[in-house]
Amino acid sequence: MAKGDPGVTTRGRRAAPRSKRPATAGEPELVQLLTPEGERIESAIGPDGTEYRVDFTDEEYRGLYRDLVLVRKLDAEATALQRQGELGLWASLLGQEAAQVGSGRALRTQDMAFPTYREHGVLYCRGIDPIMPLGLFRGVDQGGWDPNEFKFNMYTIVIGAQTLHATGYAMGVHMDGKTGTEDGEAVIAYFGDGATSQGDVNEAFVWASVFNAPLVFFCQNNQYAISEPLERQTRVPLYQRAGGFGFPGVRVDGNDVLASYAVTRHALDNARLGQGPSLIEAYTYRMGAHTTSDDPTRYRIASEVEAWRAKDPIARMKAFLEKQQLADADFFAAVDEQARAESVHLRERVLAMPNPEPVTMFDHVYPNGSPELDEQRAQFSKYMESFEGSAH
Amino acid sequence: MATETLTLGKALNTGLRKALENDPKVVIMGEDVGKLGGVFRITDGLQKDFGDQRVIDTPLAESGIIGTAVGLAIRGFRPVCEIQFDGFVYPAYDQIVSQVAKMHYRSQGKVRIPMVIRIPYGGGIGAVEHHSESPEAYFAHTAGLKVVTCANPQDAYTMIQQAIASDDPIVFLEPKRRYWEKGPVELDAPLSEAYPLHSARVARAGTDATVLAYGPMVRTCLDAATAAAEDGRELEVIDLRTLSPLDLTAAYESVKRTGRCVVVHEAPGNLGLGSEIAARITEECFYSLESPVLRVTGFDTPYPASRVEEEYLPDLDRVLDAVDRTFGW
Repeated sequence: MAKGDPGVTTRGRRAAPRSKRPATAGEPELVQLLTPEGERIESAIGPDGTEYRVDFTDEEYRGLYRDLVLVRKLDAEATALQRQGELGLWASLLGQEAAQVGSGRALRTQDMAFPTYREHGVLYCRGIDPIMPLGLFRGVDQGGWDPNEFKFNMYTIVIGAQTLHATGYAMGVHMDGKTGTEDGEAVIAYFGDGATSQGDVNEAFVWASVFNAPLVFFCQNNQYAISEPLERQTRVPLYQRAGGFGFPGVRVDGNDVLASYAVTRHALDNARLGQGPSLIEAYTYRMGAHTTSDDPTRYRIASEVEAWRAKDPIARMKAFLEKQQLADADFFAAVDEQARAESVHLRERVLAMPNPEPVTMFDHVYPNGSPELDEQRAQFSKYMESFEGSAH
Repeated sequence: MATETLTLGKALNTGLRKALENDPKVVIMGEDVGKLGGVFRITDGLQKDFGDQRVIDTPLAESGIIGTAVGLAIRGFRPVCEIQFDGFVYPAYDQIVSQVAKMHYRSQGKVRIPMVIRIPYGGGIGAVEHHSESPEAYFAHTAGLKVVTCANPQDAYTMIQQAIASDDPIVFLEPKRRYWEKGPVELDAPLSEAYPLHSARVARAGTDATVLAYGPMVRTCLDAATAAAEDGRELEVIDLRTLSPLDLTAAYESVKRTGRCVVVHEAPGNLGLGSEIAARITEECFYSLESPVLRVTGFDTPYPASRVEEEYLPDLDRVLDAVDRTFGW
């Protein structure tokens, strides 16, 4: 929260000063630079006294808004495609756009990201074609981008497993001597509130700490692990866990793209300078289902959803741009039109995604191949060819 | 050519040293691998000579060892992880089968995990529970992993280097009860001319029955063959060396000559490697077989208390008994 400024509660009301309200799992005390009403806060102080601020050009402010709108629209398109049977499943980011765009835009080209399966907004910020994750959810591939080229690893579905990969990668960055300077490399690991219960995440905290890995743990606390609320994962605010592992933690308003950017950039800079890991808890809310398979009306109440809708990351950015006269109606219309056109384009390309040739299931099991598998492939090909009129 | 007599453990140590010398991207990591040199001293002296960034003492968590090694591999390193004992690999099982094994496949070949997971395995050393298990079938069942095991010092020395040099993720099983057995090792033979990693080899030629074994059971089967020879029966012993992929080329050729086959391993028999091997030999050599393929294995119990492990483990007598049965059909 801003220095000397009151914080906000989950309902968006003004709350008592931080020192008098110790944070609990359900009660945020967070770094915020843009209120739900679109008011700019000049700077905010984190729990360890760090001052967070951002200094964007008008064009950059508009760019962040455009990112938010685009990733929401593309996500909505994917949800629609799933409902129409074109995707087997979709994990929507609705509500988490600011946490993803803010952190994603804070990354530098040389930084490496390790996502879960919901980081479509970060993926977009890494310059990856937004169709890429749809192949995975459509079942035609398992994620088609090159992690090395885009510095954005494969989606990881096993909860928390990627935090260890990120830690090892960051140890490697350190061993390669790529830390300690302002143009050093940093690594970011994405995970959710549910993942903090996993052994792997806690092991990653231990490893990153004792090896001083240049790593930012970016936890999007969206309040639910499928149906299980935060209270089923923790009794203390997640960001405070960092202290027990020996590195700083901070809770940021995850619906505030400016604050999400500021805290992530700061943590990444610390990491690249050799100051080790940190934990960011982006306090946000999943507005939709965990995936298209579950029904959130079974496990949460409408009033809670409405309270969070009042804190929408896009609405507040729009209010800010309007109040500051940084954008006019033409701009907003143009962004909407761009988002519409890109989602139509995405839809057309998804519908045209071909099924893979069945024999490709044998590809890339081993870098050096395997005689057993080669034989199976040959037998399978022969079998497929045995069908009359087979194209295979 | 320098040939030295080394224990299997020292041969592994020497092979690891070679790998560290030859490739600056090779790192060894695990619990107690540094100053202590590992509980079996397989990494003895390596941290002293290569530093704590090449030979890394890790926190005590197996999933963390494997998971961080995945990240190091993505970064371009070649991690060699030590799991201290077979029974401790299970906390890392998810990382091994869900991550290590599948990254190359999921990324359509763009991500490689050139990683070796060393596991001292098997019984026979009088250890307490969780220290004597044979988990090879779990890993051999997982597509994307390769599984190998050595049975003598020469193979220990070359196979560990071959495994580290390979881009395939490899589970490298070390027969811990054989760590102290000595044998000749050619130290200077170029790796490129060494016997191929994923190939079985005839350990003793014979004409009357084929015995298939790997890891710690190779020695047992060779001893059985010596005893059988005194009774006038020549057993052919094949050291499989590679469990995934299985190389049964030499086994097929042998069984077609002998007409009889016994498979031996320490792991429980139920759904063990022996089941797979017996099925394949039956498919491939059906018209040559004089009797069914028999298995000699551990029992389908948890590994028992060590005072009865000699009864649990296949020994010379049980191997010879199975050979006798193949002749009695």
